[in-house]
Amino acid sequence: MVASIDEAVAGVRDGDVVLVGGFGIGGVPLHLVEALARLGRRDLTLVSNNCGTGEIGLALLFKNHLVRKACASFPAQAGNHHFVAAYESGECELELVPQGTLAERLRAAAAGLGGFYTPTGAGTDLAAGKETREIDGRTYVFERPLRGDVALVSAHRGDRFGNLRHRRSSRNFNPVMAMAARLTIAQVDEIAPAGAIDPDDVHTPGIFVDRVVEVPGGGGR
Amino acid sequence: MSERKLGWTTAELAARLASDIPDGAYVNLGIGLPTTVTAHIPPDREVMHHSENGIVGMGPPPPAGQEDPDLMDAGKNPCTLALGASICDHTVSFTIIRGGRLDIAVLGGMQVSARGDLANWRVAGQKLGSVGGAMDLAAGARQVWVMMTHTDKSGRPKVVHECTYPLTAARCVDRIYTTLAVLEVTEEGLVAIDLAPGVDAAALEACTEPAVRYAESVAHF
Repeated sequence: MVASIDEAVAGVRDGDVVLVGGFGIGGVPLHLVEALARLGRRDLTLVSNNCGTGEIGLALLFKNHLVRKACASFPAQAGNHHFVAAYESGECELELVPQGTLAERLRAAAAGLGGFYTPTGAGTDLAAGKETREIDGRTYVFERPLRGDVALVSAHRGDRFGNLRHRRSSRNFNPVMAMAARLTIAQVDEIAPAGAIDPDDVHTPGIFVDRVVEVPGGGGR
Repeated sequence: MSERKLGWTTAELAARLASDIPDGAYVNLGIGLPTTVTAHIPPDREVMHHSENGIVGMGPPPPAGQEDPDLMDAGKNPCTLALGASICDHTVSFTIIRGGRLDIAVLGGMQVSARGDLANWRVAGQKLGSVGGAMDLAAGARQVWVMMTHTDKSGRPKVVHECTYPLTAARCVDRIYTTLAVLEVTEEGLVAIDLAPGVDAAALEACTEPAVRYAESVAHF
């Protein structure tokens, strides 16, 4: 456990691949992301479903010119002018990834796999240049694992062992991203006493989580 | 509102489509027009709504003031949980999608070809697009139904010989629900299985690129 949000993101380096949980704003560890924006490490590769909106969360990473490449499934949405500006100026490159492929590439990295074949995207622009294979009469696209140097995730409750319990649809990408990075940092609404989260109720086992920081009422996370 | 003169309104189309969703079905209703189908599902049918961000059994929007920041739909709007709901993470949610567990995915459409190719995520020439879960849904659902206006804002056909916009998936569409007709995609081409009131073969074919055949049930003209 770490005491402060800025302490939680210490050690992130220039050029790191940073996985950020969440979907839209739901389940995004907003305080960790904003601490990363303050830390100011540059040339980051950001892996997240979206690319932020308005003046909070992921948008600040683009506003502060910290992202060299974004991997996302839904980057273009209303109110994300900071990402659009970074993209259109050529400062930030975009790798558009179908949402299920994004999740599974993270899972492949987490599980120590070298990739997988998916029917998603076959015959489309997003499969251009990728290896394909016919399996049982269907065309599949080879997708590589996507590993993070750092994962920023959120959860409802966490304990000093790093065990996390998520809540409702804020679970989304958080468990798989927690498993797919070398250094996983979790922002939780509430630190639970050791043993208070029933082992059957742990969604993300603490073995995957390196740091936990409490942000009471981290609403919107 | 020029569409208003001929065919179904989009609300009438939503009701028409909803009447074809069987009791007990697991469905995913895409962002945009398909979302409006929810309100028209006959009350005597128990239909389970899947949301790509990890909800099986999504309920309607909550009353104002009762929004839960940890509970949102794929369009990032507040939602509720229905009786029998479950929550999962993104890898499981897309296991449901790609693994063929959804009976029906209803997707919006920009263009559908006579072979059932779907383009619905980016217009030709547009640099920045968002794909989200569309490619996974198109590749994975047992049935893919497209719901769209019959022509685009300029009056051009959206049911076409060949999609000119980037594909979402090839040969994935089973049925097309438009403001003029319900079309089945078959090996032998498009078959109209229903026509909106006042729409005859001439009216339909005037704004449909591929040839259309007619099921016996609609050959009343």
